[in-house]
Amino acid sequence: MRERDLIIVGGGPAGLSAAKVALESGCSVTLIERANDLGGQLVKQTHKFFGSKSEYAKTRGIDIATILIHDLEPYQDRLEILTNATVVAMYPDYVLSVYSGHDYIKFKANAIIIATGASEKFLVFENNDIPGIYGAGAIQTLMNQYGIMPGRDVVMVGSGNIGLIVSYQLIQAGVNVKAVLEAADHIGGYLVHASKLVRLGVPILTNTTVKRAHGTTKLEKVDTIQLDNHWKEIEGSEETIECDALCISVGLSPLHQLLSMAGVEMIYINELGGMIPKKDEDYETSMPHVYACGDVTGIEEASSAMVEGKIAGLMAAASLGKPHPEFDSRKEEYFHQLTNLRQGPCGIKIRKGLEQAGEMI
Amino acid sequence: MIEYYLESGEEMRIEEHPILSFKKQNQLHFTFNGRPMIGIEGDTIAAALHDNGIMHYSNSLKSHRPRGFYCAIGNCGSCNMKVNGVENIKTCMTLLAEGMVVESELDEVTIDA
Repeated sequence: MRERDLIIVGGGPAGLSAAKVALESGCSVTLIERANDLGGQLVKQTHKFFGSKSEYAKTRGIDIATILIHDLEPYQDRLEILTNATVVAMYPDYVLSVYSGHDYIKFKANAIIIATGASEKFLVFENNDIPGIYGAGAIQTLMNQYGIMPGRDVVMVGSGNIGLIVSYQLIQAGVNVKAVLEAADHIGGYLVHASKLVRLGVPILTNTTVKRAHGTTKLEKVDTIQLDNHWKEIEGSEETIECDALCISVGLSPLHQLLSMAGVEMIYINELGGMIPKKDEDYETSMPHVYACGDVTGIEEASSAMVEGKIAGLMAAASLGKPHPEFDSRKEEYFHQLTNLRQGPCGIKIRKGLEQAGEMI
Repeated sequence: MIEYYLESGEEMRIEEHPILSFKKQNQLHFTFNGRPMIGIEGDTIAAALHDNGIMHYSNSLKSHRPRGFYCAIGNCGSCNMKVNGVENIKTCMTLLAEGMVVESELDEVTIDA
């Protein structure tokens, strides 16, 4: 059993931000990440971020990852980083089981921050398991991290910001985007992203979804179908599009499993993507000294994940008797930033979800 | 002499990109179901296979339907394969190494190799 002060699970934008603030506060931190590198999904975000300047708006995601990792360098003497290490279990007695290098290692912590992020949702249609049907994140990983095209001709399902941005990134990588399908009657993401695609001649088909896929060991084509405004299929409206990759971009759901396993009180909020931990205003879950931040507490954007990470780091450090020297002003600043990021029409869904979870407004 | 299936860089590698640059790294040799293949240092196994035109990685346990990868970040388990004799390796997260022996899991697999 390895005993530690503060363990952070997940080295994405939330976990890295939490680590920085906890280290500034004087804590010793163990950061556990299952991938080969830190940065989470930022490492494949080639687009420039929106949001506020304090969360690196106008900076590309890939560069934000580098900044967040670099920010931890002054604290090497108090920071332990495990990569290629997956936390596979969390128990009510603060024990974590970590799978690393074909071995299981047990850790015990005084405080834990869960920043595990999210996984991609799937869509139900005939033959939705044929190789060549990928999540939008998978396609970003393949082309932006490893430099490999997912296919030659791609159809995108979903016109939220991820669907629109990934479509544009596919074109940048030299891939032909044949169409973007959107089941709703309007484009889900920012029109600035949609306009870029339309200018490049990509059709965005609203009231349309994928009906079935064709192929055996490789995707060959998909049939689309139109929907009426009650989401009912319109008979005789099927059309076939030939493609060798289908990209599913229909949202994310929180990776809540460790929290659920430890017996943390959970709540299902559709607007926030699924099961999330109940937490108090200090970001503490129902399990004392266990904090949660980022997409695991509800699907938002990397910008809010970073601010939530800072809050969790600040609070966890204080609970360990090491309050940040600027605790009060930082707390006020972070909550203010979070409120700002969730303002406006694009934050409606998030605000509604948080309200249901009993967290705000 | 072993004939390698495909020279890496000929198939799905991105040659030009407005934002990213992909440095030419050392070539790595591996086999997939006994077929010699070439990947590039820094590739995951799944990425190298994809570049070699291989998208069918396993069969589903119950219906034996072909599976490729889905999430590419270790969530879904759809890309699990046998690597150097060890079953259920997440090939989307495991970096390719020289001489690796990769086999698809087409029949029933055990939980512990």
